[in-house]
Amino acid sequence: MIEAVAVNWTAVEPLIPELLLISVAVLLIGCDLFVPRQRQLLPWLTLVGCVTALAMVLGAQPISAFGGMFLADGYAMVFKAICLGAVILTALMSERFCRIIGLRQGEFYSLLLLSLTGMLLMASAGDLMVLYLGLELMALPVYALVGLHKREQRTSEAAIKYFLMGGFASALLLFGMSLLYGLTGTTEIMRIAEYIAARNLVDNPALLAALGLLLAGFSFKVAVAPFHLWTPDVYEGAPTIVTAFMSVGPKAAGFAIFGRVLFLGLPQLHDHWGPILAVLALLTMAVGNITALCQQSLKRMLAYSSIAHAGYALLGLLAGTAEGMAATLTYLTVYLFMNLGAFAILMLLAVPGESHESLDDCRGLAARNPLAAALMLVFLFSLTGIPPTGGFIGKFYLLKAAFAAGYTFTVVGAVLFSAISAYFYLRVVRIMYMSEPPEQAPVLTMDRGMAAVLGVCLLGVLGVGIFPGVVLDWTVSAIAGM
Amino acid sequence: MSIPLLSTLIFFPILGGLSLLCVPRTQISTIRLMALFVSLVELLLTLPLVLLFDKSTYVMQFVENRPWIEVLNINYSLGIDGISILFLLLTALIIVVSILVSWESIKDKVLEFFVALLLLEGAMMGVFCATDLFLFYIFWEAMLIPMFLIIGIWGGPNRIYATIKFFLYTLVGSLLMLVGIILLYQNGGHTFDILKLAGQPYSLKLQLILFWAFFAAFAVKVPMWPVHTWLPDAHTEAPAAGSVILAGVLIKMGAYGFLRFSLPILPDATQLMLMPMLVLSVIAIVYGAIICLAQTDLKRLIAYSSVSHMGFVTLGLFALNQRGLEGGILQMINHGVVTGALFLAIGMIYERTHTREIAAYGGLASTMPVFAGFFLLFTLAAVGLPGTNGFIGEFLILLGGFERQPWVAVVAASGLILGAWYMLWLYQRIFFNEVKESMQGLMPLNLREILTLMPMVLLIFWIGLYPNALLGFLHVSVGHLLDQVHGVGLAGMMPPPGIALHP
Repeated sequence: MIEAVAVNWTAVEPLIPELLLISVAVLLIGCDLFVPRQRQLLPWLTLVGCVTALAMVLGAQPISAFGGMFLADGYAMVFKAICLGAVILTALMSERFCRIIGLRQGEFYSLLLLSLTGMLLMASAGDLMVLYLGLELMALPVYALVGLHKREQRTSEAAIKYFLMGGFASALLLFGMSLLYGLTGTTEIMRIAEYIAARNLVDNPALLAALGLLLAGFSFKVAVAPFHLWTPDVYEGAPTIVTAFMSVGPKAAGFAIFGRVLFLGLPQLHDHWGPILAVLALLTMAVGNITALCQQSLKRMLAYSSIAHAGYALLGLLAGTAEGMAATLTYLTVYLFMNLGAFAILMLLAVPGESHESLDDCRGLAARNPLAAALMLVFLFSLTGIPPTGGFIGKFYLLKAAFAAGYTFTVVGAVLFSAISAYFYLRVVRIMYMSEPPEQAPVLTMDRGMAAVLGVCLLGVLGVGIFPGVVLDWTVSAIAGM
Repeated sequence: MSIPLLSTLIFFPILGGLSLLCVPRTQISTIRLMALFVSLVELLLTLPLVLLFDKSTYVMQFVENRPWIEVLNINYSLGIDGISILFLLLTALIIVVSILVSWESIKDKVLEFFVALLLLEGAMMGVFCATDLFLFYIFWEAMLIPMFLIIGIWGGPNRIYATIKFFLYTLVGSLLMLVGIILLYQNGGHTFDILKLAGQPYSLKLQLILFWAFFAAFAVKVPMWPVHTWLPDAHTEAPAAGSVILAGVLIKMGAYGFLRFSLPILPDATQLMLMPMLVLSVIAIVYGAIICLAQTDLKRLIAYSSVSHMGFVTLGLFALNQRGLEGGILQMINHGVVTGALFLAIGMIYERTHTREIAAYGGLASTMPVFAGFFLLFTLAAVGLPGTNGFIGEFLILLGGFERQPWVAVVAASGLILGAWYMLWLYQRIFFNEVKESMQGLMPLNLREILTLMPMVLLIFWIGLYPNALLGFLHVSVGHLLDQVHGVGLAGMMPPPGIALHP
C-alpha cells in the first residue's frame, strides 16, 4: 500500500526567491526557443522576476532553514539586495548595448538569472556544501557570459582564461574545505567555529593550511592581489555589459562567503587572517591604483580600479569586527551604484561596429553630451572618494573601522593610495571637460533603460553621500542580526 | 532664531546654482544675471548676521544642531563666532565681484562656470559655519571639485598641469587630516563636535601626531613654505575669478583651520611646535618676497606675494598673543581684499592685452589713467601704507611677533621692505616708462568694471581708517581662544592678554 507522505511546503519558504529566479530563467529559455519574435519581452521578464525577488528578500523575516544550511539573515539580505540590484541595473542597460554588439539575447538573460541564483545561495550559505554549490552555480554561467560574444577573439580568450583560473580557485577552495572537514568533522560553518574553540585547534598546522587555501581561493574570486592576474584581461575581453555585471555582482557574492567563513567559521583565527588580509589589502590597492595610472583603455582602467576597490572593501573585513563588516557592506552598496554608473557611461559611448573603449573616446564629452559628462563626473569623484558623494562615506566608514581595530599603518596606506587613484580618475574628467571633441564625433543616444539606470545610480551615489544615515542604519542593523 | 540663517547661507547658493540648470544654455545673459542676482541676495543674507551678532560673547551663535548620522554620532551642527563671521562676509563679497569680473571674459561653457562658482560658494560658506569636524571635512573636500573644474576648464594654456597639481596637493593633505580626524574621534570620546573635542585633555604624543596630521592639510592650503609650490601655478593659470577666489577665500581656509582646530584642540602641541611654525612663517615671508623680485609674469608675481603675505598671517597666528592673533585674522581679510582686488585688476587688463608678461607692458598710466589710479591704491595697500588696511594688519602682527620672539619680527620686517620693492617696481614697469606700441588705444574701464573695483577700494580705506569695525568682532573670541591655548599649566608663563587693544 502506498502511503501519501505529506510534503511540508513551508520548509521551502525561505527559498522562494531563488526558486522564482530559476523558474524565470527556465521561462526565458522557453520564450527564446518557442516565441522568438517576442524577444523584446526578455529583459522585461528578467526585470519583473528580479524586482519581485528583491521585494521578497527585503520583506523576509530572518530565518535559518534546512538545519542551518541556509541562513536568510540580515547579512544575507544585504548581499542579496546588492546582487539583485546589480542584475536589475544590468538588465535595464542591456537592451541597446546587446543590440549594438549583436549579442544573442535569450542566453544572456537566462544565464544572468542562473548566475544570480548562485549568488543568492552564496549569500545565504550556512554550510560549506551550500557555499560551494552556490559558488559553482554563480561561476559557470559567468564563464559562458564572458564568452558569449563569439565573433570577437578577445572574448574567447577571456572566457578560457577565466574558466581555467576560476576552476583552479575552486580547487583550492575545495582543498581548504576538505581539510576543514577532516579536522572538525562538520561542514556547517557555525559548528566549525564551535569545534575549533572546544578542541583548541587554533595553532594546528593543518588548520592554518586550510585557512591559507581558503584565503587564496576567496582572493581569486574577489580579485585580490596577488590573485588578481586574470581580472584585467577578462574584464577587458568580456562584452562591456558582462564586465559591468561581473565587477559588482560576483564580487559582492564573493565577499559574502569570504566574510561568512572568516567571521562565522574562523573567528578564533583572526590573529592570523587579520594581518594577512592587511598585507593583501595594501598590495591590492597598490597594484590596482598604480597600474591604472598608465592605462589607455577606459575599460581596462575601470578593471584595475575595481581591483583597487576590492582592496578597500577588504579593510572592513580585516578589522574582524561587526563595525568592519557593516563598513564593507556599506561600501559594496555604494560601489554598486558608482561602478555601474561609470560602466553605463562607457556603454553609452559605444556605437554599432565600434565599442569605443579608450580614453580618447571620451574626448570632449562635455561638449557632445553635457549630461552624460556631468554624470560621469559624479561617478568618478565618488570612485575617488570625494564628498559629498557616497564613495566618501563608504571609504570613511571603512577607514574608521580598520582604524578602530588597530590597523593604523594599513589605513595610512589606503589613504595614500586613494590619493594616487585621484590622478587616473581625474584624467578622465580632464579628457571629458578640458579637451576639444574630435571632428565627426558620433551622436550619443540615451534610451529609456539607460536613462533609468543613470538616474538610479546618481540617486544612489548622491543619496548615500548626503543622507548616509539610511544606508548605515540598514547595514548596521543587518549585521546586528548575524 | 527661528529661521536657520546659516543653513540658508549654505544652501541658497547651491540651490540657486542648480536652478541655473533650468535655463537654456544659449541664453547667456539670463544665466549671468541670475548668477549675479543669487550672489547679491547671498550678500544681503549676511547682513542680518552682522546686525544680530552679539560681540560680547565667545559662544557660538546662530547655532543649528540636528542629528545627521546617528550611528557614528555625527551631527549637522553649525554656528559662528567672532572669527568665522568675518570670513562669511568676505566670501559673499568675493563671489559677487568674481561673477562681475567673469561677465565677458568667460565665453565657453558659461552655464557650467556659474553653476560651479555658486556651488563653490555654498561649500565655502559651509566650511566657515560647520562646528562638526565631519561636516567640516565634507565641505572642505567638496570645495575641491568646483575649484578643480574652474581652473581646469576655463584657465590659461598650462591649466591642466596646474589644476591637477592643485588637486593632488590638497587631496593628499586633506586625506592625512582625515586619518587625524578618525584618530581624534577614537580618542576623544567618539564625537566630532569641535566644542566638545576642544574641552578635553589629550596626551602630548597624541597631540603631536594630530598636530602634524592637521598641519598637512592646513599648511598646503595656506600655503606655508615648503608646500607652497602649487599656488603659483594655480594662481597663474586660473581664470580671473578663480584667482580672486583662491586668493580671497580658499587659502584663508588653511589659516582658519589652524585657528579653529589646531590651536584650541591641541594646545600643548601648539605651544611645543611654536618655534618651527614661526620659522616656517618667516622663511615664507622672506623667500616669497625675494622670489617675487625675479618674476616676469604678472600673475605669478602676485601669487608669490601671497606666499609672503600668508607668511605674515601664520606668523601672527603662532605668535599666540592677542595682538598677533587679531592682526593675523585681520590680515587674512586684508589680503583677501587687496590681493583679490589685484587679481581683479589684472583680469581686466588681461582681457585687453592678452598677455601676462610684465615686459610687454609700459606706460599704461597715460593710456588708462583711471585703471592706473585703482592699481596704485591696491599696490600701496599691498605694501602696507598707513591709512590703508594692509598697514593695520602687518603692524599688529609685527607687534605680536615682537612680544613673542623679537628676532622673528625683525627678520619678518624685512619682508615689508622687500614687499615695497617688488610692488613699486612692478608698478613702475607697468604704468610708467614709455608707452609701448601694443598698449596704445586700450579701452578705458567701463562702468561694470569700476563697480567691481569700488567695493574693494571702500574696504581698503574703511578697514585702514577704522579697523575696530572688524577688530570689534574679534576681541572676545580671540581672547577665549587664547585662554584655551594657554589654559592648562602654562597660564602663569604668559603675560595676560590685553583686553581692549586699539592700534
